[in-house]
Amino acid sequence: MIAQYLSEAVDPNTPETAVVLAGDYLNKLTGEKVERECKTRLEEGCKRLVVDFSQTEIINSIGISILLGVIDSAENSGAKVIFSDLNEQSVELFEMLGLTKHVTLA
Amino acid sequence: MIFTRDSRSTTHDLQATIHENMIEERTKLIHAFGALAELGQEVANKNNFQETIRTSLHLISGALGIMRGGVARYSRFGHELNMLAVRGLGDDFPLSLALCTEDERQFLTNGLNAIETAEARVLPFFQVYDRSFESRRIELFIPLIVRDEIVGSIFLGEKATGESYTSYEKEIICAMGRHIGVAIAQRNLMAEIERHTETNRKLFDDLRTTYSDTVKAFAAAIDCKDKYTEGHSVRVGRYSEIIAAELDWGKEEVEGAATAGYLHDVGKLTVERKIINAPYRINAKESAELNKHPAIGFEILQPIHHPYTDVPLAAKYHHERLDGRGYPDGLYDREIPYIAKIVNLADSFDAMTTDRPYKARRQACDVVDDLQRNAGKQFAPELVTAFLKGMLKELNGDTKDKRFRRLLGREYMETEGLVPVLRTALNDLRPTTTLTYISSS
Repeated sequence: MIAQYLSEAVDPNTPETAVVLAGDYLNKLTGEKVERECKTRLEEGCKRLVVDFSQTEIINSIGISILLGVIDSAENSGAKVIFSDLNEQSVELFEMLGLTKHVTLA
Repeated sequence: MIFTRDSRSTTHDLQATIHENMIEERTKLIHAFGALAELGQEVANKNNFQETIRTSLHLISGALGIMRGGVARYSRFGHELNMLAVRGLGDDFPLSLALCTEDERQFLTNGLNAIETAEARVLPFFQVYDRSFESRRIELFIPLIVRDEIVGSIFLGEKATGESYTSYEKEIICAMGRHIGVAIAQRNLMAEIERHTETNRKLFDDLRTTYSDTVKAFAAAIDCKDKYTEGHSVRVGRYSEIIAAELDWGKEEVEGAATAGYLHDVGKLTVERKIINAPYRINAKESAELNKHPAIGFEILQPIHHPYTDVPLAAKYHHERLDGRGYPDGLYDREIPYIAKIVNLADSFDAMTTDRPYKARRQACDVVDDLQRNAGKQFAPELVTAFLKGMLKELNGDTKDKRFRRLLGREYMETEGLVPVLRTALNDLRPTTTLTYISSS
């Protein structure tokens, strides 16, 4: 059931779903690009925002702060946030800092 | 100790939980210290101040998983906290928050320590902004104190975990706050220095104008003493300025050369008027008296703090010649200060081109020829070249300046045949061969 929901969540063909690629190193420079992209999608009416971490190896503190901003914006516009393909290390970090309480992991 | 099976199991579970918690706490600490190190680097890098503050707020949020917050700078003139960076506080959150004296006193007493907003409602500040803090769930307020002064503050919302801030998290936030406080204090200091620099620059400009006016007044006073050479010092100042400008000197150096010209004859103030105004060629005794004016001029100008260093030297040595036949010290070429060579050329040119009681002004072509012939003997050849080039430029219309026309009169400057004479003189002066006389002493 969960698997079915998740695969639907990351399907870019699902209406109102947007996929944003996080890049290999999520820092200030790349983070701000991701944030801009996410905000544009949310303003366009996206209700399922998928952040794709499949290429992401490192996320620094600024990257986390930016992701928190994305979560906040999404919550304010009533959208769901899905983090997909996070590596184990990032999952641990996100759990520790509470990000996983606000997003769905896929 | 005797354990039952159940109690042993519970103890194991407890130990495992403690172990897990310790690992998590350690990971959290490592992550937070990484952010702290990054913040220190950011502040030390002296990047754009606004950007540094924005990054600092990101680092605090990212270090501890804080959903929203802001950093403000304190204005001690307006008694208010003005937001420098905000994240997730929304458009309704005030960008400027006023403090009263009691708030300031309490914050200073508190020092750089985290204040839980829920527990600080007794302070007027938290009463006034209670709604804003509550709507954006601001949980912590950290006054940034540097050297017993409030420089700013940090506002922090709830953590993403939804848990309360632990004491070690508050410690980390305060450590980061110290860095941000120092960055703000440094910025304030820089702004104050810039303000002082601007004030000093204005004062300096005023002083320079006063100095320049005084110099011109002095030049007029010197010229008043000699009714036959009225305006001589002013003209020598202008010619010196032209030479320096033609040498491509900087603005200040050109002003310095002009000043040296204006004041070169200041020593004449002590020479008897009848000698200066003698309508005949003066005798040896009178000449000896008159020839003291360069040394006296130096004595007058030396104690004054001029913005340009060589002014007294120009007064002392403006009658020296490259071939050592000048006075007062009979210096040779390289022994003569450069500024004195400039003033010497300007002074001689003015003497040749103005009427004297015993001598009428000489023809323009004749003067040019004289300058060319005496280059390397009395005058520095490169200075003669620069001076004549300036004259030719004006005659050819290569410059809008009418400097020579204003000083010498239009008719004099438009003497027939002056342009070819200037061209020939410049041609003969090129390539410049400076004669270097070696002092016999």
